[in-house]
Amino acid sequence: MLNPISLAFKKAKEEKRPALLTYTVAGDSSKKQSLEILKAISNYADILEVGVPHNTPVADGGQIQTSAYRAIKNGFKMNDIFKIVSDFKKSKNSKPVIFMGYYNMIFQYGENNFLKKCKKSGVNGLIVVDLPWPENKIFSKKCKKNSINFIQLLSPTTSNKRLKSITKDSHDMIYYISMLSTTGGKLKVSPKKILANYNKIKKISPKKNCVIGFGITEKTISNFKNTDGLVVGSQICKEINRSLNNRQNPVINVSKMVSKLRKKIS
Amino acid sequence: MKLKKGIPVIDQGDKLGFWGGKFGGNFVPETLKKPIEDLEIQFNKLKNDKNFIRERDKYFKNWIGTPTRFIKLNNLTKHVGGAQIWSKVVSDANGGAHKIYNATVHCLLAKRSGKKVIIGDTGAGYAGKMLSMAAKKFGLKCKIFMGAKDIKRQQPNVKAMKKNGADVIPVYSGSQTLVDAVSECMRFWVANCDTTAMCVGSTVGPAIFVRICGWSTSQISRELKVQLINEFGEVPKKLKLYNCVGGGSSSFGFWNEFMDYDKKQVEFIGVEAGGPSKSKRHAAPLTYGSKIGILHGAAQYVNQNSDGQIEETESISAGLDYPGISPLHCFLKDTKRARYTAASDEEALKAYQIVTKYENLRPSLEPSHAFSVAIKEAKKLSKDTVVIINSCGDAYKDRGILEKKLGKKYVKSN
Repeated sequence: MLNPISLAFKKAKEEKRPALLTYTVAGDSSKKQSLEILKAISNYADILEVGVPHNTPVADGGQIQTSAYRAIKNGFKMNDIFKIVSDFKKSKNSKPVIFMGYYNMIFQYGENNFLKKCKKSGVNGLIVVDLPWPENKIFSKKCKKNSINFIQLLSPTTSNKRLKSITKDSHDMIYYISMLSTTGGKLKVSPKKILANYNKIKKISPKKNCVIGFGITEKTISNFKNTDGLVVGSQICKEINRSLNNRQNPVINVSKMVSKLRKKIS
Repeated sequence: MKLKKGIPVIDQGDKLGFWGGKFGGNFVPETLKKPIEDLEIQFNKLKNDKNFIRERDKYFKNWIGTPTRFIKLNNLTKHVGGAQIWSKVVSDANGGAHKIYNATVHCLLAKRSGKKVIIGDTGAGYAGKMLSMAAKKFGLKCKIFMGAKDIKRQQPNVKAMKKNGADVIPVYSGSQTLVDAVSECMRFWVANCDTTAMCVGSTVGPAIFVRICGWSTSQISRELKVQLINEFGEVPKKLKLYNCVGGGSSSFGFWNEFMDYDKKQVEFIGVEAGGPSKSKRHAAPLTYGSKIGILHGAAQYVNQNSDGQIEETESISAGLDYPGISPLHCFLKDTKRARYTAASDEEALKAYQIVTKYENLRPSLEPSHAFSVAIKEAKKLSKDTVVIINSCGDAYKDRGILEKKLGKKYVKSN
């Protein structure tokens, strides 16, 4: 039987489109609202990345930092993230969930304890930004044992030798970082070049689902229709921020945005 | 956990860069793996390359000015009435602090690897000032990331950086101090690592930066050992080396050459920033038993809450105002080679007043923390004990704070 993440990719493939992955920060702007946002966007997105807010994120740009700092300021605690996911999983339109965060949050929670809670609340995958290969070898094995997808990251600086080793050790899904940038950077590399790198990865590892993230927005997303999946994060976080500043409902605005994104790749 | 003899501490990490199996490492985004590996290969080769060492020593001697003075503080010794009190006046170095050693080495490495831009973080502004000086000297463009709060309180160094042609980029996130400056600098490197070299301003960050910085500041103890033998004919039988510890670059450099001596002969005392005496906040993770966590790419003892969010620190001294601590010091603490304690803001200010009253020396607020503990302990020590404090920074940068806290006369008279 396919795991829910692979199943989501399969379904998108049957519809001849890339899977749409969204990223929002747990607890932004409040626990309740972040849950509502997840419920609303899961009508259009295939897989939901849920960011674990951290106050010293070394790979995130301004938009995601703003979301994370706001969530922490509004009282986010680690236990909340599991509650948000288990509540979301009970909703009728729930989709696979991937946690994305920094290793210290897992380390302090205790790796085993963290994975136990992930499994119990229905988390399907994990992206740990600052736990690269080979440092992640032991932890990724633990994830697999718990039927949780550990998603390896690849970047334009990853050497061919590393690429082969990392894809070999990866589970069903791989994440390709499109360019040298923190999250939320403007796409500064041509889609052609990004796709060339993407195809290189697919050639080495044809069976694994490879998504592209960083610099994917309403403007750029249609350049990447022939891929397994695409991640939009910062633009959504920015929209939450914009809505709050304009005293509008972020749930409605974000949901509209994700619906548009979906149309652009369908 | 054991410290090995005969092997430099910077080279005692394991394959993944962990000291004692648990401090340090490389908790970095995938994008930085390659530039870090490149830097590792380059540094491992050059640190044993005679030509490179000759080049380094040439700049250390002719440009930084080595050796810095080693002086006896006669009046202070008399006033305290116990051990002999000496100081290694590292603030003699070009630019006024120890940060120049690491900055120079990083610029030499950047130059050799063909990078045109170098970036760095700064708290007290010394790391930034020195990097801007070295970058200018070696013809590199320079960007310095500095917390907005620190920009306000360390204006003399900000002015110096700008005068040297560096871009000073204010960081407004979080507590707007060193911790945020380091994060922002790392983010910039993530986005520009193909063209840009990064200098981490202390013995913190991914393992390679810890090693390069420790290797660079070790100049201090190399000089001191020669000076001790010149003065006493040998390394004294009872020697105590006091140093402030923020990230830990000056203290590590001050101790490194004496690492293999028995601690009964050469004791290391690290003094962290205890913060205002009435505040619960501090920048002393080793003294107050903070838990191990990950900050800026390395596992270390760090001030954090139970969730793993890094906690805000508070200290009068911008250079010590950092929630974490070098993995090297975590290692030295757990192997019991060094002893760590803290001094409060008030104690540091008082020590500054005492030192400037009795001696023609004006340590910045960072080494004033070390003076505070040294003065207290020297009282109870025998006359044949040699106490040395690393005066690793000059108070010129602190004149604004000193004037506010102590009044104009303390700034004017010095």
